[in-house]
Amino acid sequence: MSTVLNITNLSVKFPTRFGEFTALDKVDLEVNAGEIHGLVGESGAGKSTVGAAIIGLLQSPGYISDGQINFMGKDLTQLDQDSYHELRGQHISMIFQDPQTSLNPLLTISAQLIETIRQHADISIAQARERAIALLQETGIHDVENRMDEYPHQFSGGMRQRVVIALALCTDPELIIADEPTTALDVSVQKQILALIRTLCTERNIGIILITHDIGVINEVTDQVTVLRSGRVIETGLTAEVLGTPADEYTKALMAAVPRLDKRLERFRNIVKDDVLSAEDTSWKVAGASAQFASDWLLAEQAESSRQTPQTTLEATKQQSTQLSIEQSTQDSSIELSKKSTLQTAPQAILSVVDLAVTFHSGQPGWFRKKAGFKALSGISFDMQQGQVLGVVGESGSGKSTLAKAIVGLVDPSAGDIFFRGEALPPGSVRARSHQTRRQIQMVFQDPYSSLNNRRTVEDIIAEPIRFYDLANDKQLIRKLVASVLELVEMPQRAMLKYPHQFSGGQRQRIAVARALVARPDFLICDEPTSALDVSIQAQMLNLLKDLQQTFGLSIMFISHNLAVIRQMADSVVVLKNGRLVEVAETEQFFNAPADPYSQMLLRETPSLSLLQANG
Amino acid sequence: MFESLRRSALENELFYLFLNSRVAQVAALVALLTIGGAALAPLIAPTDPYDIASIDIMDSLIPPVWSEDSDARFLIGTDDQGRDLLSAILYGTRLSLMVGLLSIGFASVLGVSVGLMAGYFGGRFDAIVMRIADVQLSLPAILTALLIDGIARGILPRDKHDGLMIVVLTIAIGLSLWVNFARTVRASTFVERNKEYVQASEIMGMHPLRIMLVHILPNIMGPILVILTVDLAVAVLLEATLSFLGIGVPANQPSLGTLIRIGTEYMFSGEWWIVIFPSGMLITMIISINVLGDFLRDAFNPRLR
Repeated sequence: MSTVLNITNLSVKFPTRFGEFTALDKVDLEVNAGEIHGLVGESGAGKSTVGAAIIGLLQSPGYISDGQINFMGKDLTQLDQDSYHELRGQHISMIFQDPQTSLNPLLTISAQLIETIRQHADISIAQARERAIALLQETGIHDVENRMDEYPHQFSGGMRQRVVIALALCTDPELIIADEPTTALDVSVQKQILALIRTLCTERNIGIILITHDIGVINEVTDQVTVLRSGRVIETGLTAEVLGTPADEYTKALMAAVPRLDKRLERFRNIVKDDVLSAEDTSWKVAGASAQFASDWLLAEQAESSRQTPQTTLEATKQQSTQLSIEQSTQDSSIELSKKSTLQTAPQAILSVVDLAVTFHSGQPGWFRKKAGFKALSGISFDMQQGQVLGVVGESGSGKSTLAKAIVGLVDPSAGDIFFRGEALPPGSVRARSHQTRRQIQMVFQDPYSSLNNRRTVEDIIAEPIRFYDLANDKQLIRKLVASVLELVEMPQRAMLKYPHQFSGGQRQRIAVARALVARPDFLICDEPTSALDVSIQAQMLNLLKDLQQTFGLSIMFISHNLAVIRQMADSVVVLKNGRLVEVAETEQFFNAPADPYSQMLLRETPSLSLLQANG
Repeated sequence: MFESLRRSALENELFYLFLNSRVAQVAALVALLTIGGAALAPLIAPTDPYDIASIDIMDSLIPPVWSEDSDARFLIGTDDQGRDLLSAILYGTRLSLMVGLLSIGFASVLGVSVGLMAGYFGGRFDAIVMRIADVQLSLPAILTALLIDGIARGILPRDKHDGLMIVVLTIAIGLSLWVNFARTVRASTFVERNKEYVQASEIMGMHPLRIMLVHILPNIMGPILVILTVDLAVAVLLEATLSFLGIGVPANQPSLGTLIRIGTEYMFSGEWWIVIFPSGMLITMIISINVLGDFLRDAFNPRLR
């Protein structure tokens, strides 16, 4: 087996106005022909920088400060722009993350392929077309002759990625750099694309660098793996060895943080903590604020509300059962116990969805014409028990987020009812609901970068629900509460003085959880709360949500595309496909014996962690 | 103390970019000088051009001090009425700027509120309001001004008309500029409206007005600031144009446009200074404000950097 690429001692630096930032620090990497080399690491690890450095497309003002990149006997760091340009097209290709943006939407597939082929080979259009057909067939596109004159938008995401791969193969490269090639795809498509990359690699004897954050993908398809962290190589070697018997603490921690599909863990252990707090951050305190104070305050409300608001006997029993379950769960933090106690007293659904349908109307509502619509959801019915975590699973376009929006009232259902605590929620927007109902249903969003208002301090953001719902009036108390709740979500109290942009994604998500929590909700909707986060941060976040759920007896609707995360979090599971309900089941039952063929397929296609499982 | 100040200044993107842009610094300096000079006109101007008693017709058409037949009292000469040109320019710029600022204020309040509501509520309100904006855009500013001036002349008594001319001008210019604000704010609101922090506020049940003012508005201040600067230049220019055409401020309160109009009549008879200096002032001010506007636009748009 011959070595295609050999990187030694590569360092890349980015000068900034705060000093020089080292993106890569003495990285060594070797890629052989016919082999897939995985680069894995969390965000900021420098995975993509390695790819960019090889192909000579480092973002300005970054530069290679040291080291060699040997590709087929040439040192790439010494090449001038012209020879680089030739090399880039001829011998090194790239597959990007998003097939949506890496194809030109205004050109047909055939035009893009033929152009690329003819740029590097002196052949006629007809010949190039034949090559293109052969390439597209090789990448698994059916009915090529008819479809190749279509535009990118006429292809599905997976098909588009196949076209991108065909484009990368146009010039018979020796090396392909695939930067997160399956991250934007659904699991069912992901497996096929990975299999395709594998086949091409072996058949054409190409060296492939596969950059990904997903250890499942690494486990599935790579021969060798290099683990990166903050620009340094942590561990490198055969995939089976590195993942099977990790030597480094970081690799171990990283693997422990990956949610497991095969069994449910009480919580994630051995997690990497990399937010180092400064002394300034830890010593700053609001007088009297503590996590205990926050949890006392949050729990006190539930006792109060049951006393103050006159309720039917059924409602009262339900309240009592809630409290009972809370007490028990705080004493003994086992979910099983709290669930049982709830079940024993009164199996009351906190949320019932009956025959829900949502239709979206395309474009502006016409003045004269009738609205045409797209059915995002139809015929959805399920119950959700008090104090339970309900997992909602589905691929993109399945209507998961629409369901969440319909429940919080951001989207107006076109048919069906939603019952919250036995009462039908008024149809129409959120504003039709009572203040109390709105307070009791809170939501945590997917993207922590857009869910917080960047122009307000964290204190303002968290205090807003307290003031808005009139939960406390005293300025000192509100301040104390904000600090305490921050402590509860494991953030330093001093965070309240800062603005959201000063925090990382995981920290922002904690702030978002704190904001939802201070409204003293009974019901929390988490819409993909961890999908924008790194695995280790995700593990911390899931731990936090579990803790909060148990302490406060929250009912949580947890939406995710990641089955392994659902297994860790949910008590029961709802599967959606194209806006329809496919299956409702208890979590253990679902994962052990899924009833519906679609659920079976989802489970089968999720990248397994076989090596990890062997590790225990 | 100094260290933390320096650090927070460094972290301020806008300030950092400003420190690194010589062009923006020069433009800011020039704008500051012209605007400052205009604002302080009553304090620094040698004479008061509005004070008819101080004007002597015998002093008319005196050239700048460096020419023959000049008078040391009048640094850059006098106009046909014997007014000191420097004082007239300072006072004129003051008036022009005042009208410009007032009309921009009017245009921004109208445009931002309309844009926010159109972007937030969308639907029919958006459709109707934006069509009105399109109609407004198809009318030249001068036509709008003439229309409003005509209406004002029709309904106001003759003696009050001159005094209210500034108000008429402000409304006329403001009406032709509000569309710029409305369109940009609408587009930015559209983007912000779909962000999750706005949805979070909606879920809480906050009043739309509060969401628009407290949450969305601070997040779209960047583009608004850019239009404020760029359109200030446009407004001053419009005022000058209208005054030049004689629809603007009355002749006894000369604005830059009025001064230029008076000057053109003497351009070919050798009295060049009457038109050159006011025009120079106008051009300098407009260019410096425009350069600042461009700088802000680039600073707020990371992709252009």
